[in-house]
Amino acid sequence: MAYSDKVVDHYNNPRNVGSFDKSRADIGTGMVGAPECGDVMKLQIQVNAATGVIEDAKFKTFGCGSAIASSSLATEWLKGKTVDQALEIKNTDIVNELSLPPVKIHCSVLAEDAIKAAIDDYKAKQGAGAPAEAVTH
Amino acid sequence: MKPIYFDNHATTPVDPRVLEAMLPYFTEHFGNAASRNHSYGWTAEDAVEKARKQIASLVGATSKEIVFTSGATESNNLAIKGVAEMYAEKGNHIITAATEHKATLDTCKHLEKKGCRITYLPVKGDGLIDLDMLRDAITEKTILVSLMYANNEIGVVQPIAEIGKLCKEKGVLFHTDAVQACGKIPVNVIADGVDLLSLSAHKMYGPKGVGALYVRRKGPRVQLTAQMDGGGHERGMRSGTLNVPGIAGLGAACEISQNDMPTESVRLRGLRDRLRATLEANLEEVYINGSMEHRLPHNLNMSFAYVEGESLLMGINDIAVSSGSACTSATLEPSYVLKALGLGDDMAHTSIRFGIGRFNTEEEVDYVAKKMIDVVNKLRELSPLWEMFKEGIDLSKVQWTAH
Ligand SMILES: Cc1ncc(COP(=O)(O)O)c(C=O)c1O
Ligand code: FES
Repeated sequence: MAYSDKVVDHYNNPRNVGSFDKSRADIGTGMVGAPECGDVMKLQIQVNAATGVIEDAKFKTFGCGSAIASSSLATEWLKGKTVDQALEIKNTDIVNELSLPPVKIHCSVLAEDAIKAAIDDYKAKQGAGAPAEAVTH
Repeated sequence: MKPIYFDNHATTPVDPRVLEAMLPYFTEHFGNAASRNHSYGWTAEDAVEKARKQIASLVGATSKEIVFTSGATESNNLAIKGVAEMYAEKGNHIITAATEHKATLDTCKHLEKKGCRITYLPVKGDGLIDLDMLRDAITEKTILVSLMYANNEIGVVQPIAEIGKLCKEKGVLFHTDAVQACGKIPVNVIADGVDLLSLSAHKMYGPKGVGALYVRRKGPRVQLTAQMDGGGHERGMRSGTLNVPGIAGLGAACEISQNDMPTESVRLRGLRDRLRATLEANLEEVYINGSMEHRLPHNLNMSFAYVEGESLLMGINDIAVSSGSACTSATLEPSYVLKALGLGDDMAHTSIRFGIGRFNTEEEVDYVAKKMIDVVNKLRELSPLWEMFKEGIDLSKVQWTAH
């Protein structure tokens, strides 16, 4: 399979690789996929509670090059957006930006799911008030 | 620079000596081997008969027992369908195994739709079949056992001589797909008790699109219903004008492999073991798939836990290998061979098959090993599973959101 230049670039120079302490109240963690499916994505956001702006994002991905690129791109897009704006990121935006072929669409879906899961986790923590127990899906 | 070729189970380059043997039969000696009335035909026929001897010699058969085909897919089809039709009155039951090549499995599926009963034997964790299970599976209705000599993904070599002996005892015909074994390890249809054997030129440094089926003539005399009707070539078993240059190439490939096997197999085993040792010394959490003891000398199949296969291939794009990962397959299913060994899908996704060949060098092995180590380490830094493993989390206990 030939990869687009952008996929190759994200694969060679993945942006924002890493992990935050998932027990922190200002961190939302989304972990989606399953090892049996060949893809697991962990995406984390750090949110400024006062402004609702995502100030930092990090990822780790087990999956194909397109999955790695999708999550790397997602972290770039997330930074500087508010939580509500972040919810508007669609997998099709990722498909277009990375020129993913049809068989790789599910990798972008996974990235969208990871964004949503991270935001859900953050919101759940906020709703709960105090730093919530870390939830691993 | 061209990628280093470590995918010799998929196909092999044509050996220059093989090409040399083929060339005269394109433009100079282009005759039809079936033309009986002039020297063009005789020359072509001589080439075909020479190749028949070379092939027969490699597998311990006689010339008359070799039927030329377009490759092993056709050989397997002819053997299995040919027996099923010819012996339909005797029975309709065929035994094969879950780890066979698609050319065997899909042929059996086809026959299943036509009313045959097929037993797909499971394999043990090391990839070998259980002989007692085979014995128990044979019934009065069984007409054929079809089990491969060596597997194309994990290189595991089945106990062919024991299977042959058992089939003889039970009066059942035995076909083996020996594509990956021929020319690599000693194969002998007499010692192994094989009645039908498939081989293919392009897996042994010959050209693509030509192969052969060995069909036993004595003790028992095996009969087949032709699957290709026409001019009655190959004693009626396979009509069609013979691919003379291809056949000359297959013959030469067999002769070269037979002569070189004692030294070549030792050299390739050395390279394979060197690759394995370097990987194991420098990486944790790597697992060999399939028996190391009953294995082709040039095969290594390893799972690199917590690193998905396609992303691994992407990182080693100057090396040609293949992976059992679903992401690399058109069906998005992980390797059925690895799954048949009882490997979890998670491990199948992280597997890489290395097939070392005649033209690979020690420098290449060292390069591949180093590159693999670098890329695996890099991708593990990226892997949430690796992170969890390092934190001591039991991944099998995590509730995943499968999608
Ligand atoms: C074990 C095995 N059987 C059969 C085949 C099919 O051979 P061919 O490509 O000659 O049709 C292959 C090659 O892919 C193989 O590895
Ligand atoms: S993660 Fe499997 S195809 Fe992308």
